[in-house]
Amino acid sequence: MNPFRPFLLALLPALALAWTAAAQPVLNVYNWTDYIDPRAIEGFQQETGIRVRYDVFDSLETLEGKLSAGRSGYDVIVPTSEPSFARLARAGALRVLDRAAIPNWGNQDPALLAQVAGSDPGNRHGAIYLWGTIGLGLRPDRIRALAPDAPLDSFDLLLKPENAARIARCGIAIMDSGIDVIPSVLRWLGKDPNSADAADARAAEAALLAIRPHVRAIISSAAITDALAQGEYCAVLTYSGDVVQAQNRAPNGGLAYAQPKEGAQLWFDMLAIPADAPNPEAAQRFIDYMLRPAVIAGVTNQVRYPNAVPASRPHLRAEVAADPNIYPPPEAIARSFTVSAPGPAAERARARSWSRFKAGR
Amino acid sequence: MRIALRLLPGLWLALLVAAPLALVAVMALSWQAEGVPPYSPPWGGEGINPENLRLILEDPHYRDSLAQSLVTATLTAGLCLLLAAPMGIAIARAGRWRDALLAAVLLPFWTGFLIRLGAWIGLLRDEGWINGLLRALGLVEAPVPLLYTEGAMLLGMVHAYLPFAVLPVFAAATRLDPALEQAAADLGATPGRAFLGITLPQLFPAMAAAFLLVLIPAAGEYVIPELLGPPEATLVGRVVFQEFFGNRDWPVASALALALLALLILPILLFQRLGREG
Repeated sequence: MNPFRPFLLALLPALALAWTAAAQPVLNVYNWTDYIDPRAIEGFQQETGIRVRYDVFDSLETLEGKLSAGRSGYDVIVPTSEPSFARLARAGALRVLDRAAIPNWGNQDPALLAQVAGSDPGNRHGAIYLWGTIGLGLRPDRIRALAPDAPLDSFDLLLKPENAARIARCGIAIMDSGIDVIPSVLRWLGKDPNSADAADARAAEAALLAIRPHVRAIISSAAITDALAQGEYCAVLTYSGDVVQAQNRAPNGGLAYAQPKEGAQLWFDMLAIPADAPNPEAAQRFIDYMLRPAVIAGVTNQVRYPNAVPASRPHLRAEVAADPNIYPPPEAIARSFTVSAPGPAAERARARSWSRFKAGR
Repeated sequence: MRIALRLLPGLWLALLVAAPLALVAVMALSWQAEGVPPYSPPWGGEGINPENLRLILEDPHYRDSLAQSLVTATLTAGLCLLLAAPMGIAIARAGRWRDALLAAVLLPFWTGFLIRLGAWIGLLRDEGWINGLLRALGLVEAPVPLLYTEGAMLLGMVHAYLPFAVLPVFAAATRLDPALEQAAADLGATPGRAFLGITLPQLFPAMAAAFLLVLIPAAGEYVIPELLGPPEATLVGRVVFQEFFGNRDWPVASALALALLALLILPILLFQRLGREG
């Protein structure tokens, strides 16, 4: 008798298992870091028998770099409406969604979909996953100690040099993303946030350079979240959810989020399918699953960014649904604005402006 | 068999140096385009695009970044050498401690590069250990900005590259013939004079190698300036990243990479020439 026979017999079930695992369909999801409810993935796997391979990125640049090279292997990606989602859609890197395969498509708020249509005419390439605003993360106590009369609800706090000079001592940080900061500066100047006009671009750059000596750090939004949770900085310009996440990590840090009264930039993170996705059918089922009210409410409860499914409201935790920093009140939404791509030449000019702002000259 | 062995380095060079370099060169002569991949090559109908290389040479933004990188890399390599030369010689002469000291130089490699940088961030940040200590001692009231400064960046660079400078000096110092220094002493030289006149000159080639081993990777460094450096340190690595990922302008990023390569070949050629003459 073959002495290895017992081993071979023992191996058989393992081989069978490996075979079924190989035959089991797989869905490759590429999402932002800290940006999902783990139970959503679990539920999708159990219901569909599709195994989810979940991978994360921490900047749009990383996502776009991978997608631009082609054959990324991902089935579902989560690019932000501007600039990445719009650019990828224009470049033909995204698949047109088949709405017949996404019965829950209609759960989305039509008003929010209309906002995204500026980036993706006809909403053909993506469903809204989560959205948010760009505004100020503040420590009112420390700011009050240095500048008792400075406004806490306006970009004036950061962008007026006399205010910035006074609060510089407790630390000002701005996220290192020209595409997300320059539109807000234009808005504060009373100009069109999407302006491609050279004079407007110069004005925005001059405004940024005027406060540059008072800015302690220009770093990634993830690094800002980290520093805020550690108790650093008293005034930052970043994404709403990053401030809310830092509040969760350090509840007694005296941290507050403020939407500027000039109007905050709205952004949308989209569920989209790469044109060369290996498993587009599973990707559409995943998008459909995420648009269920109970599922997407679980995500909002977990990561504290609002979703675009009004019917999810009853499934939200009370403190999440009532938090104006998560769900802005209607009058704040009315003041907010969305951006659209200003075109390659203006984009390049903005990138150069941003470099000069960082360099301080 | 012997022919195969001779071909191996050629194959290595062709596959891992020449081929990627050719790709970068082609990309530098291409046109930026919206698509996957985001450029159209010279045979795509538009012909060769000379604008990218011209932009790199004429636009002060790129010239400044190249100059800033060379200055930072030279400073890093100089500081590394300043520390590595005495370290390498001391370790070579440490007798029974030699192996332990050499291991201590290599030990940092056992920790991930990013973990070591993360440790520096933890030490240098406003609410970090160093500022905490300074405040506990009553030396300062408000935190001293340490992170995101030129100093933090140089510290990180020297820390990361120091072993590359120590090893060549150490290797050369172990091969020195002690009889030469003894002969100098017998002829009446003081120990200091024997060291400066006899020992040190023999180590010059190794020190030049150590300098270049640090200078070349430091000139293209991206991660350390990004994580520890100030925003105004727009070194060429960061500008290449910005062009490639931020502006999605692969052709300009490639042209900039070529320019850096051309700049770094100069010191290597100079070193080879010195080697032949010495």
